[in-house]
Amino acid sequence: MSDTRDIELLIDLMARLPGLGPRSARRAVLHLIKKRGQVLLPLADAMHRVGTSARECLNCGNISTRDICPICDSEKRGNGQICVVEDVADLWAMERSGVFQGRYHVLGGTLSALDAVGPEDLRIPRLIDRIATENVTEVILALGATVDGQTTAHYIADRLPGITVTSLAQGVPVGGELDYLDDGTITAALRARRAL
Amino acid sequence: MIDWRDEGVILSVRPHGESAALTEVFTATHGRHAGLVRGGAGRKLAPVLQPGSQVEVVWKARIEDHLGTYTVEPIRSRGGRVMGDRIALAGLSAVTALLSAALPEREAHGPLYDRTVALLDLLGQGEIWPLAYLRWEVALLAETGFALDLTACAVTGAREGLAYVSPRTGRAVARDAAGEWESRLLPLPPVLRGEGDAGPQEIVAALEVTGYFLRNHLMRTLGETALAPARARLIEVLVRSSG
Repeated sequence: MSDTRDIELLIDLMARLPGLGPRSARRAVLHLIKKRGQVLLPLADAMHRVGTSARECLNCGNISTRDICPICDSEKRGNGQICVVEDVADLWAMERSGVFQGRYHVLGGTLSALDAVGPEDLRIPRLIDRIATENVTEVILALGATVDGQTTAHYIADRLPGITVTSLAQGVPVGGELDYLDDGTITAALRARRAL
Repeated sequence: MIDWRDEGVILSVRPHGESAALTEVFTATHGRHAGLVRGGAGRKLAPVLQPGSQVEVVWKARIEDHLGTYTVEPIRSRGGRVMGDRIALAGLSAVTALLSAALPEREAHGPLYDRTVALLDLLGQGEIWPLAYLRWEVALLAETGFALDLTACAVTGAREGLAYVSPRTGRAVARDAAGEWESRLLPLPPVLRGEGDAGPQEIVAALEVTGYFLRNHLMRTLGETALAPARARLIEVLVRSSG
């Protein structure tokens, strides 16, 4: 068994990834070993490089391989808009849409009374600093439609007097049918109705 | 297998593993009771499992002491109504956080449950909600054994001229009877006795008094020294709205 110790370790580590369990990790590792040249070695190389170079952007909290991420570094993105998101995954989702052309600010979570997450645990002071120094004209709060997410949004809005603060609309998703929506979403959608 | 069906209000939800959620519900007849909701972190159930939502739950466990699992059916969602209203949102968070911190587990508090549902149904009605919330805090103190007695002076028995509350007993004290203890007594805002104006400033002053008893009596018996930050946030929002 000692011959397979490294492989067992790899399976054990893979099984800790989201979406994988011991069985699926075993299958993935077997696949990697079979595709050693095409997948395993490039993957190991990429993981090593990211492992040594990935860091949080000092400005916005995005993850990149430099101290200042490409979005903060780009002159084109400095249009005066900052989109505030909870997590890097939300930033990536916004970027996938390709619609937003401003800069971001990653809070690193939301205020939570239950988990004792206060304003000092998030990047709210840094956001206020940025607004003072980056010629910001609008702050877009793209936080989750949850009680914690919206509490955080109101908290931030209260601390940004004299600046335009907007938030994402809430309502019927693209492809959504009313019959399948929860009544909270229908209430939000009806309240945010607009003239056609 | 033990099981029961009840209705309740969601107090808190924590992710558990990849798809389940550890959910705390204030139920009508089983009190504050936790259980695991399988798939609770998924897209289908996440909108239902929001703090303040009213749900019907079926709890199942092999023995009474187990955490058990919940199956959840929505009765009434409140999230959509409160998201855009900062007072309602702060109020909802304060109610759920206080219940979660103050109530013992698995102990029925039927009257307080009914009051809580009535209070949550008033969410978004900015004019009357703060007063309803104040009365709910008074009811929470009474339900947990720390009732305020503001009907008559603890010293003289007088029913007029009540101006203070004893921080030790929670009983009213008349202005004339305060004597040398005046500096140690808490002011008694008239709104706590159902008198006078009930604007945001008066409500905030009354919440200072209920907050004293929640913090120094109720929470202290539970080994806590501070109140939920969500309550402080509600007071901050009420102060902003009055200014």
